[in-house]
Parts: sequence; structure tokens; C-alpha cells
Amino acid sequence: MDATIRLTVDGTAHEVTVDTRTTVLDALRERLGVTTVKKGCDHGQCGSCTVLLDGRRHLTCLTLAVAQDGAEVVTAGGLGEGEGLHPVQQAFLDHDGYQCGYCTPGQVCSAVGMLDEAKQGHPSHVTEDLEGDTDLTDDEIRERMSGNLCRCGAYAGILAAVREAAQA
Amino acid sequence: MSTETVEQTPTPITPRSVGTALGRVDGPEKVTGAARYGVEHHGEDGLADPLYAWLVQSTVAKGAVDAVDPAAALAHPGVVAVLDHTSAPRLEDTDDGELAVLQDARVHFRGQVVALVLAESVEAAREGAALVEVGYAAEDHDARFSADGATYRPDSVNPAFDTDSDQGDVDAALEAAAVVVEGEYSTPHEHNNPMEPHATLARWSDGDGDEVLRLVDSTQAVHGVASTVAPLFGLEPGQVRVTAPYVGGGFGSKGMPHASTVAAALAARAVAPRPVSLAVTRQQMFALTGYRTATVSRFRLGADTDGRLTAVEHRAYEQTSAVKEFAEQTAVATRMMYAAPNRRTSHRLAVLDVAVPSWMRAPGEMPGIFAHEVAMDELAEACGLDPVELRLRNEPDVDPESGKPFSIRRLPECLERGAERFGWAERSAQPRSTVDGDWWVGTGVAAATYPGYRMPGNAARVTALEGGRYDVAIGCVDIGTGARTVLTQIAADALAVEPADVDLHIADTSLPSASVAGGSSGTSSWGATVVAAAQAFAAAHGDAPEPGAEVVASADDDPLSGEHVFHSFGAVFAQVRVHRWTGEIRVPRLLGVYSVGRVVNPTTARSQLLGGLVMGLSAALHEESVRDPRFGHVVTQDLASYHVASHADVLDVDAEWLEESDDEFTPMGSRGIGEIGIVGTAAAVANAAYHATGVRVRSLPVTADRFLEVDR
Repeated sequence: MDATIRLTVDGTAHEVTVDTRTTVLDALRERLGVTTVKKGCDHGQCGSCTVLLDGRRHLTCLTLAVAQDGAEVVTAGGLGEGEGLHPVQQAFLDHDGYQCGYCTPGQVCSAVGMLDEAKQGHPSHVTEDLEGDTDLTDDEIRERMSGNLCRCGAYAGILAAVREAAQA
Repeated sequence: MSTETVEQTPTPITPRSVGTALGRVDGPEKVTGAARYGVEHHGEDGLADPLYAWLVQSTVAKGAVDAVDPAAALAHPGVVAVLDHTSAPRLEDTDDGELAVLQDARVHFRGQVVALVLAESVEAAREGAALVEVGYAAEDHDARFSADGATYRPDSVNPAFDTDSDQGDVDAALEAAAVVVEGEYSTPHEHNNPMEPHATLARWSDGDGDEVLRLVDSTQAVHGVASTVAPLFGLEPGQVRVTAPYVGGGFGSKGMPHASTVAAALAARAVAPRPVSLAVTRQQMFALTGYRTATVSRFRLGADTDGRLTAVEHRAYEQTSAVKEFAEQTAVATRMMYAAPNRRTSHRLAVLDVAVPSWMRAPGEMPGIFAHEVAMDELAEACGLDPVELRLRNEPDVDPESGKPFSIRRLPECLERGAERFGWAERSAQPRSTVDGDWWVGTGVAAATYPGYRMPGNAARVTALEGGRYDVAIGCVDIGTGARTVLTQIAADALAVEPADVDLHIADTSLPSASVAGGSSGTSSWGATVVAAAQAFAAAHGDAPEPGAEVVASADDDPLSGEHVFHSFGAVFAQVRVHRWTGEIRVPRLLGVYSVGRVVNPTTARSQLLGGLVMGLSAALHEESVRDPRFGHVVTQDLASYHVASHADVLDVDAEWLEESDDEFTPMGSRGIGEIGIVGTAAAVANAAYHATGVRVRSLPVTADRFLEVDR
């Protein structure tokens, strides 16, 4: 069964007909040709498909497209201003926070979303003081970024990049 | 225009860009997601509007397919075709049992491809695959690995090493030895799990043109895919064009084509000229795209009272598949690691009805050195020696196996530098002597080695452009290593221009031939070739060439047949904390110090070494593919049940290297860095866990349950 929905992706409005079984991930990649979002496991276990969906980080492989009619999606391709890179993307370059690059768009989106969550005071599993301001220690960054696997093992660079972006 | 390939002996280059931290030339594409991987090219000419392929896998481990009923699948909206062994196009060559996809009814392992569904959407293809009804005549299978069942002696071990070695008289030396350590060490099945699943986009043309089969493949070797796939279809390699502009990791699993690549080509032939997009699922990768076999290493070490080895025996037992042989070279590094006059190694396999094992980062060295280095830790204790000192006492003057000198062997300096940085001198000799709150704390060390490989079959093309710029082309692949960046630097130095003046082209079989991104051989093999081409170009055209001037060259130096043997070395130090009440194990510090020749780019090299250490840490603590022998498949077939190190698992990990240049090995002085980081790391962690707790863990992974029986 098909359904037609509206999605705004990286600032561009789309009307797209999807199967009711289609995930946001497959709607982006296979229907709209948006490959700045990657499929690593299709089961919500790796984080490669992370985007900002209505402003919050989201696993698009676990999200049915028909449930997101009217949503605004920002992928790594839409984070920067015009041709420029988002500061988090620049920090990933500066600290070599990637190797093969396949998990990277998801890492970058996750970092942007996570920094916003921290700013709003969301606690994590390792947060000691649930009432106070969130101090993004290295342990906090590691914990909050653990939904994004990197098999190349670029975690040291990712940590340094996110730490720098958090302090900016 | 085809240019004749000239042979050129490369001479050492003067490093200018080489040795500097040039940022990855493809970085912006990666951080924005603009980089396109395997099945992300179907917006392109000729590859648009593909059919989606979904693989159907066998649910028995051995037997024959007796019927495939596609009716329900074909009735599903969007399903276009179902291929099985009766309907798939025929291959010309079916000698390789892994690649002879859908050619006969035999089932060799659970998870083998037994049918393939093609549909207009990925959803329909997936549902169609679930609707295909496959009947089997099942037979009794054997999928249970044990060392005692591993009795088959292969003719050689990967890639072409002797199966066994025997020098001196091991039995007599052990009889006479003052100290003997005997132990059995094991490593589990492990899966490479690159973040980009294996994927192929295929299109078959009518054959009028030169190019019959077009593939975008997630591979470590585009030329390797072409030369492997072409004869299967009765084609010449030149009729198969393969590109792989971006590859989301491989770690060996993409070093050679597996069944999925052939399946995509078969499907594309069946529906020509419509392209076919085939993305292997993460779950399917646990049966179809290679893995590291489980290993058992039985060690006997004999030493005199001051710790000098008199005998080393390493008997390795592993698994291969009945349908295709792969013999991991687990005991080979033992032949050269330490001085001992009497040494014996062997490899025996259990031939089982299981998926085909293959390359995974440092095949041989990773499991073999884990065993050897834990055994050395046990020997140090038995001799009452510091583990660093024990290794220093067993340094050979020459390669113990061949008798040839090493070009460079600086293992002692790696150990000493690491010990200094790690504060090793303050370490207590007693195990389980440090408690910090609820945590036992300990430190451990292990040595690492990896051979220097140079691969044959490389050529590079240098073409002069306007304005003093050069086009440099070689058909190799950057799987995330940084090859695009370091080859740009090497070409710039060899041509005496700036990196910005080099247009580097790779990852396409229309470019000169290049060997696999594997065996830590890429930069050495391709870099030497690029240098040869640049030097041949300069010899022919000088340093102010006419635009359009061109040279294709290969490097005809052959260091591996010379007077020296070439190995990289390293020392890995780990600090481990084990929770006294839960057994939880954490690794707050991990340090590797390496001798790897000249480092071409400190940024990408550091990331490679850290990445190897992280994968070694992951193997130490987490990774284990659990095969259920009753059914024959790996049941931990996803990233939830096969845990790989996540960000929170990785704490302070650092790597450094000794300044050196191995000019005899390559004109850059480099020797290869992709794999050594995973070698020895798991042993350092296991040895540190012993030091923390007094519990000797001889099998990976080192999990919490190992520490629950301790007397507290």
C-alpha cells in the first residue's frame, strides 16, 4: 500500500510516495536519492542513519516514513550554512574524527543533537547530578555518543572534535 | 590512448610533504555525507532506476535444495523475478565453491544463497524473499569446532606459507629445559563488520562495447574484483569495469569478492540492461562475507633459569569450510618472533559444514601473537622475571627462521619507550596487589609484529597537465586508510611539486592495475609504484614537460628477494581495572609504541594505529561470534549481540612511533601500518587482567564471568 507524504529534507520540500513499510531511511536514500544518510545495520544498532528530525537526533531506520508526514529532516548534508561546514564538521576534520567516513554523517548529526540536549540539561547514564547544569566531561561525551559505532575506531578523534565543539 | 608500461627501479625520494600532517583530501565529502559508497550511485548515467535484489539463504547446513516455489513471492506486488539454481544464468567457471552462486542444488552451509528476489522496491524485495518457499533434502552436518577434531593438514597456509616448520630438536630441548610453560590459548570466531555492509550495483550490457559488466562494488581491490569475476562469466578482465570511489571499511572482508558480488552480477545479467542494486544486510554478513576462524593454539615454551628460550612449540588448530579452504596462518609469526634454537609450528584444520572463513585484520598474527604473548607472560612469572625483561632477553640477532638479518628490528626500543611512558618501573611484581576501592588494578604488556609486504601487479600513470600540474592515476582503493591523501603526498614529493599540484585518480579499473588494500601493503606497493612512475616520467620528459606527456610505469625493485627480511614491531601496554564484585573489566589506558618505517602522514597513521588498538581492545573484551553447532549458523548475527567497541568502551588510547626510514623496503622508507595495531593488544589486556586479579584468562574475549570465582 502506498501513501504520499511531505518531508522537508535539508531545507528542500518534497512530496514523496512511499510504501507504508518504507522507513524514513529508505525514503531518503531510495525514493529521494538523499545518500548523505547511511545504512549500517537497518536495526537501530549502529547509528549510521542518524539525522535531526524536527530538531532532535533520530534513527531513521527505525522510523516509518508515513508516521513522519510533514517532518523536517536535517542530514549531515544540510547542517552547514550554504557551502560552509558546520563547526562540528570542521572539528571532525581538524581532529581526524573519522577514517572510512561511512558512520561519519551519523556521528556528526548525533554530536549536533547531543550538544543541544546537553545545553537543555538532559542527563545521561553517567550524569551524577541530575538537577544541575550538564558538564560535558569526556565520560559524558563518550556515553552520549555511544549510539554511534565507528568500526575504524576513530573514537579518540571524535571525542576531541566533540569536546572542542562543546567548548565553542 | 594506451601507453606501454615501462619498468623502473624507484630510488628514495626526498620527503617534503611526506612526513607532514596533510588533512585528508576527501575529508569534506565524508563529514557532509556527500561521499558516495557502494549502492549510492543509482542517480548516475546507466545506473539509474535499478531493481533491488534480496538474497534468500539456506535454513539447513548441508544437503540439497529440492524445490524452490516462487509463486507467493511473484504474486507480491513489485516482485519482478525469483532466481534459483535452475533459473539463474550459468557461470563458465564454478571451481570456486563460494562464488558458484545458484549453479547447483547443493547446500554447503547454513546461510548460503539459495535464491534471489528482484523487485521494484527494497520493501517488495525483502518481503518477496520471505515469501520464497525453499524445500530441502537435508543431510547430517558437522559444524562443531574442536581442536581434537582439527586433523586435516592443508598444503599451505594463507597466503602461501609452509604448513609446518621444525628446526632443531624441540622435544629434547623441552626435556632438558629448566622451566617449561605449557598452555592452550583460544580465540573465537570474529566478524569484520565494516560499517558499510557489502554492497554491489551491477549492470550488464549487450556486449557490443568493450564494457560488458559494470560494477560499483564495496571492495578493497577493484582490479581484484574484475580479474576474479570476469572468468566466472567467460569475460576478459577488461570487459568488467569496477569502481569503488568510497568504501566504508573492510578490514579484510572486502579483500576478495564474496558470493554477494557474483549474485549481483548474475541478477544483472538476468534482467539486462536494467541495473541491480544488492545491499547485503548486516545479518547476512555473518554468513556470506567472511570472518576470522576460531583458533586454538597449544604452546610449549622451554627456557633456562634466566628466561632464555631454548624451545618454542606452537600447534595451531582452526576451522575451514567444506566448500572452500582458508587456512589462517596462526603459527607463522611464532617462527620469527623470538630467539630459540629449537622451534616447531604446525597448522591443522577441522573441515566443517560452515560459512567460508577469510581475511580479518592481521590474519594469523592477531590470534597467534595473542597466544604467544600470553604464554610469554606465564613464562616471565615462572622465571621470576619482569615481562619486559623476558622479551629483551630473547631478542634474536637475525630472523630465526631464515637466518637473514632484519632490515630494522627495534622491538627492544618499543618496549623500553613504552615502559618509560607507562610508568612500568613502578609496577608491583605480585599479581592482585593493587586495589582501588572496589576495583583490582593491574598492568600488562605484549609485543607485536607484522611483516612488510610488497605486492606485485601494480602500475601507475603520470600525465603532465597545464601549469606545472600532474595527473597521477593508479587503480587502488582507499577504504578509509588515507590512501588518497598519502599517495597525493608521495606523488608530490616524487614529482617535486606541491600536493595541490597533483590530481590523483584511484578506485577504477580503467586506471592502471593495483593490488589489494590488504596485508598492510597498500602504501608500500602503490607508493613505490607511483614513485617509479614519477621517476620514469622525469627521466623521459624532464621537470618542465609538455602538457599531455605521459608515462605508465611499474616498480621493478624486489626487496623481499634481497638480503633482509622486513617486519614492523610494536609494544602494547595496558592498564586494566576489574570490579571485585561484578567482574566488570575496563581498560583505562592503552598505549602502543611502534617501529613501522617512515610515517608518511602522522595524522592518518595515528588514526590507523589507534584504530587497530581499538579493534584489538574490542577483541579483548567483547567480540565473539557464537555458532550453534546444532543448526550451523552464527546466532549472534547483529551488532546488538555481536558487540564491537563503542565510544564508552574506549578510554585513553594512544600510539606513538619511533623515527626511522626503511629505505631498502620502499622509496618512501615506509613499511605499512594498517594491521599491527590489532596485534598483541588483546594479550596486553589479558596479561593486565592477570596482574590485576591473579586470574589467568587464556581464551578471548576476557569477560566479567571469568573473575567471579575468585577468592576475594
